[in-house]
Amino acid sequence: MFLFDPFFWEVVISGLLAGVMYALVALGFVLIFKASGIFNFAQGVLALFAALTLVGFQTGQIPFAHLLEALFGLHASHWGEGMNTVLALFLSLVVMIGLAWLIVKIVLRPLVNQEGIILFMATIGLAFVLEGVGDLMWGANVKRLDVGLPEGPSDFLLDNTGMFIEKLEISAAVVAIILVVTLMIFSQYTKMGRALRAVADDHQAALSVGISLETIWWVVWSISGLVALVAGVMWGAKSGVQFSLSLIALKALPVLMLGGFTSIPGAIIGGLMIGVGEKMFEFYIGPMIGGATENWFAYMLALLFLLFRPQGLFGEKIIERV
Amino acid sequence: MIYREAGDFKTTYKADQDTFPIRFDRVAFWLSIFVVALIIPFFVNDYWEKAVFLPFFIYAIAAIGLNILTGYCGQVSLGTGGFMAVGAYSSYKLMTSFPSLDMFVVVILSGFVTAVVGIIFGMPSLRIKGFYLAVATLASQFFLVWLFNKWEWTYNYSATGQITAPERDFLGIVVTGAYSDPWATYIFCFGFLFIFGWMARNLVCGHIGRSWMAIRDMDIAAEIIGVNPLKAKLSAFAVSSFYIGVAGALYFAVWLGAAEPTEAFSIDKSFDVLFMIIIGGLGSMTGSLIGAAFIVLLPVTFKTLLVGFLGWPTDIAEFIQIILIGSLIIFFLIKEPHGIAALWRTLKQKLRLWPFPH
Amino acid sequence: MSLKAVETFVTEDGRSIGPVILEVKDITLKFGGVTAIQNISFDIRGGEVRAIIGPNGAGKSSMLNVINGFYHPQEGEVWFKNELRAPMKPYQIAYQGIARTFQNIALFKGMSTLDNIMTGRFTHMSSGIFAQAWWKGAAEKEEFSNREKVEQIIDFLEIQKIRKTEVGRLPYGLQKRVELGRALAAEPRLLLLDEPMAGMNVEEKEDMSRFILDVNEEFGTTVALIEHDMGVVMDIADRVVVMDYGKKIGDGTPEEIRKNQVVIDAYLGISHD
Repeated sequence: MFLFDPFFWEVVISGLLAGVMYALVALGFVLIFKASGIFNFAQGVLALFAALTLVGFQTGQIPFAHLLEALFGLHASHWGEGMNTVLALFLSLVVMIGLAWLIVKIVLRPLVNQEGIILFMATIGLAFVLEGVGDLMWGANVKRLDVGLPEGPSDFLLDNTGMFIEKLEISAAVVAIILVVTLMIFSQYTKMGRALRAVADDHQAALSVGISLETIWWVVWSISGLVALVAGVMWGAKSGVQFSLSLIALKALPVLMLGGFTSIPGAIIGGLMIGVGEKMFEFYIGPMIGGATENWFAYMLALLFLLFRPQGLFGEKIIERV
Repeated sequence: MIYREAGDFKTTYKADQDTFPIRFDRVAFWLSIFVVALIIPFFVNDYWEKAVFLPFFIYAIAAIGLNILTGYCGQVSLGTGGFMAVGAYSSYKLMTSFPSLDMFVVVILSGFVTAVVGIIFGMPSLRIKGFYLAVATLASQFFLVWLFNKWEWTYNYSATGQITAPERDFLGIVVTGAYSDPWATYIFCFGFLFIFGWMARNLVCGHIGRSWMAIRDMDIAAEIIGVNPLKAKLSAFAVSSFYIGVAGALYFAVWLGAAEPTEAFSIDKSFDVLFMIIIGGLGSMTGSLIGAAFIVLLPVTFKTLLVGFLGWPTDIAEFIQIILIGSLIIFFLIKEPHGIAALWRTLKQKLRLWPFPH
Repeated sequence: MSLKAVETFVTEDGRSIGPVILEVKDITLKFGGVTAIQNISFDIRGGEVRAIIGPNGAGKSSMLNVINGFYHPQEGEVWFKNELRAPMKPYQIAYQGIARTFQNIALFKGMSTLDNIMTGRFTHMSSGIFAQAWWKGAAEKEEFSNREKVEQIIDFLEIQKIRKTEVGRLPYGLQKRVELGRALAAEPRLLLLDEPMAGMNVEEKEDMSRFILDVNEEFGTTVALIEHDMGVVMDIADRVVVMDYGKKIGDGTPEEIRKNQVVIDAYLGISHD
């Protein structure tokens, strides 16, 4: 019976742990989408950018060192020993919030009232700008990220159940769960949170609460900057900070298609489904067809799913009017 | 004072339909075709062929294809890289399975194979729209690249997983493989661009093209006029994929000569072609060409200027180039969603009145 | 086949209009729990101008959407040209000869006036994708013969000057006219107009009324229209259906409607207080 097979449970649990991360990133998407109707393709690159910035602060890199060298012949690449992790995290968050402000002012404000698809393409452009700026600031080499999270397999689980689960994945999941719960409380019980949800339904109504649209956007993009930072730290700690990080974050896209773009529970359940689904598929079907199915499984699942339920699991049904 | 349209009246529908209604444009167009087709081939060398002309011709074909789907029919696709891979691997299988087949036929057949794959991946477009569809097309991108990595039959079980183009000819002239002449590959690719560019222009001017634009502008109204959305969208997917497949076949067989899926057909290819049509102009044939030229020439220029001239490291030039392209995308979406082609039209409007603006 | 399908009818101004071409029977349409149309039956005769009136939310637009197949009613039948119509997609209904305009203009904004109206000819054009790509010969011939029809419509609607203008840039009144042109281009048997005069000034309304009557007389097109301006309706309609809260409360010639007490109470009464 497969239910007693520790491998089965190992696959399920590691799927759930990965799924929590997808859910977290998807939540970043949902918040932005609800507040501004923007499908933010740059979310993945935001995570990469956040992780690069964090490593840069931690190790004391000088931003744009290579560019400065090319321009002025400066040879310095580090300004010192770096700083401690907490301070670096804080400063990275400040950078992400500043970045959110820039994005709102430069990209979003001129595109108000544009069609969703135009905004979507604009965020693809934004993704390229951020990728370029990130690489230019901190260099494109693969970087190791260590924020002091526990590593190696969990001995407790290994000894008692025979399952091989990374401690890092457990702590990532715990952090993600805390953040998810915080965000839900924030959007449910604070004035700003209510304004965020109201703005999705009715711009005018949201304005009557006394918070400007731009402020709301700035807040959601900052939140998604925070989400990106956390995701960047977790994934970066696992497999190094490099370009492929931004592609992992794109996995949140099929999560959204499953869960619906406007539903917070949808993002969470969709994330877990994709996490478990892709691990199971890779473990049981993967070996038969050559493996590495994680690259496309989530997209294909979402695609098939959409054919039967275009509004997603929890999305509102769209009634077209003439 | 050369640029004049006054007195250029149309008396027949045929004349009114002309691509270049103004005589000056028409003359300029045929003159440039004459230069490109009959003069440059005598002077083209290996560097210009490989670095400038082939990529331009090939990407222009792909951009025309994507513009049909995205610019004319309004369906955004991020699967271009995957579809180019289908064209490339089809041409490889055809070249190796039927060695005597003319290269022209190989490329055309590869286009048709890609069209069929395009129809299959276009099916979801009936149920899902906008960026939902864009994300769904990512499925084709990732799945197809994975498929050509894992399905050994497609690369003839070669140990490296690479495909290499054998020597094949077009009407007896070698156009693929290491011994092809620059002028031959140049003419071969230009021929494809010319013929299929002309056909694409015909298509978008006719009733099928109008049905695409109708779906793009207002799908409900289009349906009530008699446009079958299924037929319109799938035909756009088919035609678009055909072009992208042709481009993919030429890209692998004539330009690169060898390819492996992960690098050559990565998602970056999808973005490159999408950027060509955004910068050049959505829903514009001229825009496809301008965009392709822009995206092909930009790295070459950057390399020459920043690396060759100023002596900067290659990677910095590359980063700046990425930033520039991203910024241009945002700029054009904000300021001029119809791209450089529209800027050019505006300039012409002004030229018409020059030197008397009032 | 009902008797009405063969007999003709004489209108108030002595016009003789033809047998029934479209009949809706006992139509009921619901959205979730909301009933938009309840048990409505009426007919449209060939060659007439039929008006559907009623207060906002009476279900008039939903009725047009049922007729051209955009909504599928839960109950009831639609008879067109003496045949019970099977459930169809809107584009199939276009091929049957029903065209329409929309309350909120639904033009193809990125296309020129000419292209919009040419798109209206879609059901008359059949050359395949390869012929289109090759262009010379069949495709070109088909394009030009259809272009001729479109030019006639452009002349008829007096919009020659904006032929090549992108319709998104046109003023509201002209957009309405182009949309009428697009529907006319299909050479429909039955033309459905959803508030063709909404938001127009008196002069524009007069123009539009004239076009509608000319279409009806010159091309013999049957017209069914929704309109709020009672003056216009009473002027140009041969027969009028009145709807209120999804129900039919009156049906007859303008004179009969004017005298109908239920209609006066429900509709005219409200609009005058």
